[in-house]
Amino acid sequence: MIHLDTRVCLARHARLRDDPRTGKPILLAPERGLELNPTGARIARLCGEERPVADIVERLVGESDGSAGRAQIEVEVLAFLRALEERGLLVARQTPS
Amino acid sequence: MTGAPRPYTLIAELTYRCPLGCAYCSNPLELAQAANELSTEDWARVFAEAAALGILQLNLTGGEPLVRGDLEALVGAARARDLYVNLITSGIPADADRLRRLAAAGLDSLQLSVQDVDPEGAAWIAGRADAEAKLATAAAVREIGLPLTLNVVLHRGNIARVPELVELAERLGAIRLELANTQSLGWALVNRDALLPSAGEIERARQDAAAARERLRGRMEILFVRPDYHAERPRACMDGWARRYLLVAPDGVALPCHQARSIKTLTWENVRDRPLAAIWEDGPGFQAFRGEAWMPEPCRSCDERAADFGGCRCQAFALLGDAAATDPACALSPHHDLVVQARSRAQTAVHHAPLRLRRFRPAS
Repeated sequence: MIHLDTRVCLARHARLRDDPRTGKPILLAPERGLELNPTGARIARLCGEERPVADIVERLVGESDGSAGRAQIEVEVLAFLRALEERGLLVARQTPS
Repeated sequence: MTGAPRPYTLIAELTYRCPLGCAYCSNPLELAQAANELSTEDWARVFAEAAALGILQLNLTGGEPLVRGDLEALVGAARARDLYVNLITSGIPADADRLRRLAAAGLDSLQLSVQDVDPEGAAWIAGRADAEAKLATAAAVREIGLPLTLNVVLHRGNIARVPELVELAERLGAIRLELANTQSLGWALVNRDALLPSAGEIERARQDAAAARERLRGRMEILFVRPDYHAERPRACMDGWARRYLLVAPDGVALPCHQARSIKTLTWENVRDRPLAAIWEDGPGFQAFRGEAWMPEPCRSCDERAADFGGCRCQAFALLGDAAATDPACALSPHHDLVVQARSRAQTAVHHAPLRLRRFRPAS
């Protein structure tokens, strides 16, 4: 299970690009594509290199217009990353405790 | 611009030449010649046209795509258009250097076919067993860091070995395992009575796959596709006729699926003669079964028609000689007895019965 101190990184086979037809970001993997909303795309870009989930939350809080509080951002980031991991699109590494 | 849907995937059949002779192959035999294959430049243009049509995924397949000496250039041309490039291969002939060059050219993922974990079974279905060569290819793929999918076509000869196939996929570090039952089309229809498993065999394999999927969640994706002969409703073949997939055959003929060329009542166009977008949008073969207007009863008023798109047109043509007929795999088809009879023969059939392999004969 992914937590705030888990280190995450996009799987090597996941490639983020913009869909030329819709302009929306899309995460491509073998024989599938996952359309992302702007926040999902921002998180996926941050996962381009391995980093702790807390770092991603911190950045999103910093970039937020204030309409969502830290707690809500944390919940959304964790849910999104867990969904990516479930689909095999994310590599998650638990930091040794 | 017509109302044609947007295609997402181009299946590029680069050649029909192949070292294997799998008894369920979807390729026609008479086209296995190099002379008439599209050139490197032709394919590069097709990839550019496909990207302009909105296609995102490219499957480089065959035959055996590795027999094309220009495969690295083709991968590079596809990546130049930002396509996600999947190579679908038997892994023969491959060596680590070639795989490294393909990875350097931008290959995104590699799908390796495995006929069986049992060498005798592999030789029975493909005419040869290449366990060591395939394992070497898989090891090289892993070392290079290319994402690996194992593709297994299930049939009566190997369906009992799903747990061993899962174990092999784990050992090779695969991120995906496709366990797709043979659908009885092409060479698989010729060999249907030797290949179709019983209902019990399929159910057991499905359960084995489901247990492995649960155990490996997040580490390996496991797909299991049942044969439509054992389902009461037809397959949503290709997600609908000419809806999401576009296939270009080695000689440049554009098709909506691997088997469509077998429908002798349709006419097909060549990417050498007309732009891909034009063929996709208003080519007569592509238009033939789009939407629902072509559907006969019971499809036309069926609640499932938006889910299964009326099933497989090639199967209707192969079994009934009428591509617009209701797919006989559907229990509501007036000709479903053809499928029921084949199924009952499968209950009692002999294992490892003789097969007609698809042998490649070089052009003379």
